[in-house]
Amino acid sequence: MNTSTTRNQTSIELGDTVPTVTITREFDAPVAHLFRAWTEGDLVARWLGPRSQTMHIERYDCETGGAWRWWSSGEDGVEHHFYGSFHDVRPNDRLVQTFTYEGFPDSVSLETATFEDLGDGRSRVVTVSLVDSFEDRDAFVASGMEHGVVEGYEKLDELLATL
Amino acid sequence: MAADQLSRVFSALSDPTRRDLVARLAVGDATVNELAAPYDVTLQAVSKHLKVLEDAGLVTRTRDAQRRPCHLEAEVFDLMTKWIERYRREAEERFTRLDAVLAEMREQDGDDQPRKQGSSDDRTGAGR
Repeated sequence: MNTSTTRNQTSIELGDTVPTVTITREFDAPVAHLFRAWTEGDLVARWLGPRSQTMHIERYDCETGGAWRWWSSGEDGVEHHFYGSFHDVRPNDRLVQTFTYEGFPDSVSLETATFEDLGDGRSRVVTVSLVDSFEDRDAFVASGMEHGVVEGYEKLDELLATL
Repeated sequence: MAADQLSRVFSALSDPTRRDLVARLAVGDATVNELAAPYDVTLQAVSKHLKVLEDAGLVTRTRDAQRRPCHLEAEVFDLMTKWIERYRREAEERFTRLDAVLAEMREQDGDDQPRKQGSSDDRTGAGR
């Protein structure tokens, strides 16, 4: 858990017994603002997408039973499409949604975000992503490193080749 | 190939006993017997865990001596840690952008209606 008061650090935890990724972060903003920035499509578009990519929102009906769909594009012209459903939306409290990357259409993760009012205009969000298998979870974590860390894989290949 | 390997490293470390074995091997090489001593499990069970770590490239066994001590491949372990750190940084970058969005929302709120001292802002009226 982050105990720093000077800086809001992101912490990541990988589940041991179930294939989860838990991300925790605090914000210098009231929980109502955090929830809006998380659930209103035009605000989401400004921060969620990958860096160096433009995020295009096709649909963002953030209500229980609603659905979302967006895609990102970069200078290389490659597009990545994502979609899912909003399963449970409780303002300033909890958001449960599904998440699928069309590149891996058989995989779906269940994302639960819990919002917490910390007082003094501060708030915390804890997101738990539950995927189908440890293999999927690991690919999911690794996919965050695709940009510019191909050499990381290559280094590992080289290293493993020597063992 | 790399993705398979990555998956093996990740799943090898997803088990608490194997993580414990890795932590102990980080201190120094040890034989299977030495590694098994603190656990209330069979030698075979520990050997099985070590086999998973070996298959993932995290642990090697030296062939020279009778003892065949297990050795932690620290470089593989470090790479693993770097991958997770990289993932954390990607999340951090996202949240830094979110910080900027939130700061702007606060400013706009300030223009619309000055916030009362000590009151938490809740325009939606849907707070807990």
